[in-house]
Amino acid sequence: MSAAEIDRTLQRVAHEIVEKSGGTKHLALIGIRRRGVPLAQRIAQAMRGIDGVEVPVGTLDITLYRDDLSKVAPQAVLQSSEIPFGVDGMDLVLVDDVLYTGRTIRAAMNGLFDLGRPRRVSLCVLIDRGHREMPIEAQYTGRVVQTSDTEIIEVRLREIDNEERVVLVDRVE
Amino acid sequence: MSYRFRDLLALEPLCAAEISFLLDQSKPFQEIQRHPLKKLATLRGKTVALAFFENSTRTRISFNTAASRLGADTMNLQAEASSLKKGETLLDTAFNLNAMKPDCLVMRHYSSGAADYVSRHLDIPVVNAGDGTHEHPSQGLLDALTIRDRKGTIENLNVTILGDLSHSRVARSNIHLLGKFGCRFTLCGPAMWVPRELEKIAPGTAIRSVYKIEEALEDADVIIMLRVQTERQHEASISDNDYIHGYQLNAERLKRARPDALVLHPGPMNRGIEITPEVADGPQSCVLDQVTNGVAVRMAILYLLVVGEQGTHPAAPAPIEHNRRATDRSSQSSASPEPVPQKRDS
Repeated sequence: MSAAEIDRTLQRVAHEIVEKSGGTKHLALIGIRRRGVPLAQRIAQAMRGIDGVEVPVGTLDITLYRDDLSKVAPQAVLQSSEIPFGVDGMDLVLVDDVLYTGRTIRAAMNGLFDLGRPRRVSLCVLIDRGHREMPIEAQYTGRVVQTSDTEIIEVRLREIDNEERVVLVDRVE
Repeated sequence: MSYRFRDLLALEPLCAAEISFLLDQSKPFQEIQRHPLKKLATLRGKTVALAFFENSTRTRISFNTAASRLGADTMNLQAEASSLKKGETLLDTAFNLNAMKPDCLVMRHYSSGAADYVSRHLDIPVVNAGDGTHEHPSQGLLDALTIRDRKGTIENLNVTILGDLSHSRVARSNIHLLGKFGCRFTLCGPAMWVPRELEKIAPGTAIRSVYKIEEALEDADVIIMLRVQTERQHEASISDNDYIHGYQLNAERLKRARPDALVLHPGPMNRGIEITPEVADGPQSCVLDQVTNGVAVRMAILYLLVVGEQGTHPAAPAPIEHNRRATDRSSQSSASPEPVPQKRDS
């Protein structure tokens, strides 16, 4: 995926979210660290162009909610979550770059529910690469990509990586 | 950056980058203190043993709260109710607690070096919650976090420490921590409470002792008050009236410090003795922020030590190593994930 394709995809997804949510009044986006954060900000930017509406954006670090802390490298480094609005009664859209096993989203929902009781939580991802291990699906998907277990989807965003593209690469053993 | 020790026994051996890392890792836990639901499941199924061989209310409750908000269970041992009164040695008590399979031991003891001693004989992380007159690392960290939040930095500040310095592990931890960031110290109190040796405990750090509070407060950015520790005084000491007259921090004296100076106190405060209510409850006081931050800092410590320890165990099922001091974990974890035999017998 090129920079232009990523941009077009996010524009489309922004339209879909506004359309399906039936108004932006209670809508808020939550970007999952790290690459969900710039994606959520860009979708919010795109929404400004559609409705002229300011949709609040929060960020969520899911490290403390992971189910595999014992298996990842010792001392998974924590980052801050910043959700500067109440989530009670809100229509939240979780935003992440790649949907794979679904475990990240499971962790993110646990984190969200510690903050209150949103009215609805939906999921938006740039890439759905399959291989789910949880009963989790995205309501808004940029692109579905068939992958094998040995492949990796590399999402590179200019805010974090100083370049902009999505590529499928073989895992280096 | 990471934290390379198995235990947290003292701040003196840490470098500035490691301290900054610990403070940064406390930030997410500060947010959790503001959540409507404060309980995580991160350490579910883990047990934190709290062994307090010396009285403590605040620190014990703080560690207990930190453990339970991380989802861990706690075992509590308190001196008054323990077998210590029946003659059990410190090490036997530690071995017995360890036999109940906790994942971490938090201990306070009246002897300097007690936590270090116990840690050499256990295979679980040990957190020093205060040992004699040596160090109180979690207090040093929570003070630094409080200062950093309010001032935006902990670098190059003028720090005045007031009170009974000779018995104070809080003062030592503060000097070791803030000294690494270029802070300059002025120690002040009655002469018998301000031993000159303290000026040399952190080589490279500017530390001076003065005996007049007015002089000590001049230009201070941070004022750390210490409690008058009646339980540690063996010889006749100063009367309350003399202390109030000579060393009480009141609003008038506080004016000599910088207008944005912070006032910290590790508690419990003797209101009306070392500090007036006006100052204790005033806008410059950080006393309650310290308490809130204490839970966050201790959550970060337990998270790093317990999750980190867990991460290293499958690769290195370490037998109890005597004489082990602060295992360097970064060198272990950089090894290949395959259980390559490492020469560790040296």
